[in-house]
Amino acid sequence: MTLLTRRSALKLGLAGGALLASSPMAMAQLRIVVEGANFQPLPIAIPDFASSDPSFGREIADIVRNNLRRSGLFLPLDPASLPVRVGDVNATPDFNTWRTVNVDALVMGGVERGGQISSSVRVWDTRQGSQVVGKSYNTDPKSARRVGHIISDAIYEQLTGGSGYFDTRVIYTAESGPKANRTRRLAIMDQDGANVQYLTDGSSMALTPRFAPNGDLVTYMNFADGNPQVYLLQLSSGRQQRLANVGAMTFAPRFSPDGSTVAFSVEQAGATNIYAVGTGGGQPRQLTSGAAIDTSPSYSPDGGRIVFESDRGGSPQIYMMGAGGGNAQRISFGQGSYSTPVWSPKGDLIAFTRQSGGQFHIGIMNADGSGERLLYSSYHAEGPTWAPNGRVIMFFQDPGGNDGPRLMSVDIWGRNPQTIATDSYASDPSWSGLRS
Amino acid sequence: MAIPAPFSTALRAAAMLFFVVVVAACSRSSNDAVGLTGAGNLGPGGGAPGSQQEFIVTVGDRIFFTTDSSSLTSEAMATLDKQAAWLNQYQNYRVMIEGHADERGTREYNIALGARRANVVVNYLVSKGVNGQRITSQSFGKERPVAICNDISCWSQNRRAVTVVQ
Repeated sequence: MTLLTRRSALKLGLAGGALLASSPMAMAQLRIVVEGANFQPLPIAIPDFASSDPSFGREIADIVRNNLRRSGLFLPLDPASLPVRVGDVNATPDFNTWRTVNVDALVMGGVERGGQISSSVRVWDTRQGSQVVGKSYNTDPKSARRVGHIISDAIYEQLTGGSGYFDTRVIYTAESGPKANRTRRLAIMDQDGANVQYLTDGSSMALTPRFAPNGDLVTYMNFADGNPQVYLLQLSSGRQQRLANVGAMTFAPRFSPDGSTVAFSVEQAGATNIYAVGTGGGQPRQLTSGAAIDTSPSYSPDGGRIVFESDRGGSPQIYMMGAGGGNAQRISFGQGSYSTPVWSPKGDLIAFTRQSGGQFHIGIMNADGSGERLLYSSYHAEGPTWAPNGRVIMFFQDPGGNDGPRLMSVDIWGRNPQTIATDSYASDPSWSGLRS
Repeated sequence: MAIPAPFSTALRAAAMLFFVVVVAACSRSSNDAVGLTGAGNLGPGGGAPGSQQEFIVTVGDRIFFTTDSSSLTSEAMATLDKQAAWLNQYQNYRVMIEGHADERGTREYNIALGARRANVVVNYLVSKGVNGQRITSQSFGKERPVAICNDISCWSQNRRAVTVVQ
């Protein structure tokens, strides 16, 4: 069931096969593929899912099609053009029919909604006449969209060789109103922009929400007390509280990878330094000192190091230190300034915002600062966050003027920039891990 | 998921209408934007001695910074000298110093930069005899611009510290 056909492996190997190995050699190969610009997304046929409620079957198939299309690695074919319009998950497909219309990869699914939602799916390699995915799922009826996301992940994982990222959520700052007096509140949605829920009422400004690894706890910056303060918000209960009372402005929070600690900035008398405190309370521990602005801390996935932004050398640059503080080393050296470093969940890369040449750029570099690559540039873009598989980055960009920010994603090869549709302006995305 | 098409169309229409309203509101606010001279957002027109309006219009309630800097320019110091003299004359007021940044920086860094600018103003006013107990400060980062456009004519007005008399 998990056999990757030689043909699929060849077609998707550029992203998936190479990534299976995590050595620097593999990264070098990936770059050659990207610069060669010879990548072709895999055409894939996904008829509507069979269902006693045909519109539900179409809805689930649409979620899968949209996810795979937006990944940039697949090209779902127009369902109206397919020789079979509705999937049959139990029968072996007539491979000749599909070969005739040049379909190599075929997804046949079915879904029913009763006391539970049950869905099954098979993915076929029509050239080999073999099945590459065969799975079934049962979920509670409120999780209909998640079924589509979980199936998308199963297809992605089998055909690209990396872990998926579709069954995830994004927490962000929803913005509305005139730019000079804009309302900013927290919102959460599925990674594809659906299922939006607002988490704060906008009466006080809320910024930079960040997920804990468990996907239930969130830390963010709240202006309810005047100067911004770091808060904790539990999604399941709606309860929230201030993280720490240090008698000063606190901001720029981010969780440690085990979720037990939050690193954040404290401003006192114009100097901003990085502290860390347990989510259960206790005395915050000071990690940096001096008169500079030290902010935007982000832990390495093993929890041993913190990458952060500091203007101690003049302009903002990226520095690295141990998670206990001290001995910070600068790792960014390009022209302009560097901000908002964020460690990849895979540990290999650091995403950042760079300002140079009058533009903002979203980029990535190796954890030692080498191998910098800019992925997206515009009048304004900032605040990268990683998909849990370490292959896709989401950020926000703003055309300026009276317009407002929008969320965008791009893959780590700089391909496939996509705007994520949101009801309002949106900024500060934070991508959850895969949901359990 | 499964939003009926007519409802979805209505939503779009509502969103479009909302957008028009937003644009209209923004144009007003940018007309309200103040110039580089320090004139305040109530517009010209005096104000009684010792009034908040006098502070805004005659003294000047704000100073401006150069890019990514929190150093006081000579113009800024001249305005702050007048603010300090006024505050020393009218002891019944408290002030809140708002620190702001332009949009050419990232959100978190600009929160810190706004705080650093506010702190410079607090220190200067205290050095000119204003009791520190009367002064509070708050950073707004780049979240509360007064001038809206994509060039330095607006950015230079947005990187500011505003002394709000309370």
